[in-house]
Amino acid sequence: MNIETVLAQLGNRSEALTGTVSAPIYLSTAYRHKGIGESTGYDYTRTKNPTRELVEDAIAKLEGADQGFAFSSGMAAIQTIMALFKSGDELIVSKDLYGGTYRLFEEEWRKYGLSFHYDDFTSREYTESLINENTKAIFLETPTNPLMQETSISSLAELARKHNLLLIVDNTFYTPVLQRPIEEGAHIVIHSATKYLGGHNDVLAGLVCAKGKEICEKLAMHQNAIGAVLSPFDSWLLLRGMKTLSLRMAKHQENARELAAYLKELPEIDDVLYPGRGGMLSFRVKKEEWVNPFLQNLKLICFAESLGGVESFITYPATQTHADIPEEIRIQNGVCNRLLRFSVGIESVEDLKEDLKQALQAAAKGDLLNA
Amino acid sequence: MHDQWSFQTKLIHNKHKVDPTTGAVSVAIQQASTFHQQTLDESPEFDYSRSGNPTRKALEEAIAELEGGVRGFAFASGMAAISTAFLLLSSGDHVLVTEDVYGGTYRIVADVLSRFGIEYTFVDMTDLDAVKANIRPNTKVIYIETPSNPLLKVTDIRAIVQLAKENGCLTFVDNTFMTPALQRPLDLGADIVLHSATKFLAGHSDCLAGLAVVKDEKLGEELYKLQNAFGAVLGPHDCWLVLRGLKTLHVRLDQSVKTASQLAEFLKKHPAIKKVYYPGLHDHPGSDIHLRQSVNGGAVLSFELEDEKAVKILADHVQLPVFAVSLGAVESILSYPAKMSHAAMPKEERIKRGITDGLLRLSVGLENFEDLKNDLESGLSTVLAYQ
Repeated sequence: MNIETVLAQLGNRSEALTGTVSAPIYLSTAYRHKGIGESTGYDYTRTKNPTRELVEDAIAKLEGADQGFAFSSGMAAIQTIMALFKSGDELIVSKDLYGGTYRLFEEEWRKYGLSFHYDDFTSREYTESLINENTKAIFLETPTNPLMQETSISSLAELARKHNLLLIVDNTFYTPVLQRPIEEGAHIVIHSATKYLGGHNDVLAGLVCAKGKEICEKLAMHQNAIGAVLSPFDSWLLLRGMKTLSLRMAKHQENARELAAYLKELPEIDDVLYPGRGGMLSFRVKKEEWVNPFLQNLKLICFAESLGGVESFITYPATQTHADIPEEIRIQNGVCNRLLRFSVGIESVEDLKEDLKQALQAAAKGDLLNA
Repeated sequence: MHDQWSFQTKLIHNKHKVDPTTGAVSVAIQQASTFHQQTLDESPEFDYSRSGNPTRKALEEAIAELEGGVRGFAFASGMAAISTAFLLLSSGDHVLVTEDVYGGTYRIVADVLSRFGIEYTFVDMTDLDAVKANIRPNTKVIYIETPSNPLLKVTDIRAIVQLAKENGCLTFVDNTFMTPALQRPLDLGADIVLHSATKFLAGHSDCLAGLAVVKDEKLGEELYKLQNAFGAVLGPHDCWLVLRGLKTLHVRLDQSVKTASQLAEFLKKHPAIKKVYYPGLHDHPGSDIHLRQSVNGGAVLSFELEDEKAVKILADHVQLPVFAVSLGAVESILSYPAKMSHAAMPKEERIKRGITDGLLRLSVGLENFEDLKNDLESGLSTVLAYQ
């Protein structure tokens, strides 16, 4: 079945009694047992919930995984995966990493004896040189955030296989519509489902799916033990959002391609970072002092954190998403103070062009009157 | 604020009782994951929903006020609250945990935290000498539940707090069974109060939630950092459900506690029952301590039948209590700890703690006392007939 069909049909035929087409929201925390040992398969909602199960099955199916897991946020998903490791373990991690993940690794997991080696994955020899007997996993974001660099998942999968490492891929930016890491050899896929999968900036959620019985069992145990699960209402919102994922991604991508080309030609823009697909791009304005007036002059595009929603967002990584990365490391990685990240929405591309143009012109003129 | 008001009134009238924009008397559900920022220069109160959400804030402030703390935190489940609080510890630290702790907390301590170099000892918290003897130089936290689950063992909160303070430890109290309506551990010196708000606080078996409250700003900052970093936060819709449940906490508990104490008396006299555990009974061990630190015996009791067979007969015959996990709801819930809440605990550990194959836990709901009594009586007479 094609992905558009799977998406449109999510949750349908999940309930036979009424024939409901939109899946029911099961808020019940407890499930009655007829007697000892006579469970319906549902006992306590933290362990398993019928609504959450739909979204968990959905991500597993979309990504070609064996089992899916839903969490209260993307960070809660990553946190739960990290709990699979133990003191002394080492991970090789994308250098240009989301600030929240960086903070989690450096400020929290280091104190439990985990070590992280940061790599841009441009040299296989270098990556291989980082591997030792304690190395347990490679943690990859592709494309990276906010520099939009793509990494070959299949080539890292080969390396992971050779050294018996877990390959964990954050697929938030592309979604299974554009990229299916498990088919390329990854073991675990992570999503901040708050972004494209939910798609409406109205639900905070994380999804994980994995290939392999043992890893799935471990993830299920940790999901239940730590308890950072997604609520039934939010599971339903996510499922609802996913029904339009392929339509939205197509429009995000169409707009982003056109805007990447458009921005490149504007005199106020230094460079545009766009990998050619997806709805995310970054660009650098020529002068740092233009950033604030540009943001204040935007009339249509929202200046806000987050991405992947129907509304266009511009984010300033230096103070928002990447504020937790020390300035020196941030700038060295290319996340300079002139860099802006653009989550292209599904508005009319002409309206977006007009908004960008007028805000850039006003900023360059030092004109704050419109703000 | 409003210190002159009683707890009962504060449940209904808190600072979020009226929405400033519309005048709505029910807090708005703000599903937004992100918030528009006007300028780079000001750091807005809300930027991303994991870091802060207006609906969650209303709940967090409400529970902080009710527990007498300075800052509250809402999590996706009680276990998410507990696991996040435990992550205040680092590799090499040691934690003392009450011996008959909830099975899920046992699992997080014994199976997960231990892999990251956090040491633990389970100890009978009713035995203060044993607690003292097990404190090590690296002990950072003493973790208690009182009354405990499912045997309703009573821990003297003040005495534990004193031992903790003498040894530079924090005291964590799981206050799920009592709620701030009946027991306020922060007033007794505890540092962090934890809740599975799924239970009495929300009260309707329709929402999975965890809460934490601290009374120290600095500890609050540390816990906030962890809440935001780990992201196991409670969704806005569920925050609203907990807030809605809180409004009836007082009346629900009043009714359930009254019925629970009547049922405890009834069960105690029944020949099919070997033992009743209820801290409101005067011969329950530690009931004097319990009634000093709490308003009453609460709405949960446990009782012991002869064996698993007797449990099976009773579970098959009762019509009112739902046979399920969880507790603290409008419906009475009958649970079988050996196979439910404590299934994660090895059998040997479980039996050692007194959680036998004949033990049942009853969370008393809002049904009529006579109806519950008659239902249990009929089930128990079948048990007797078999025996």
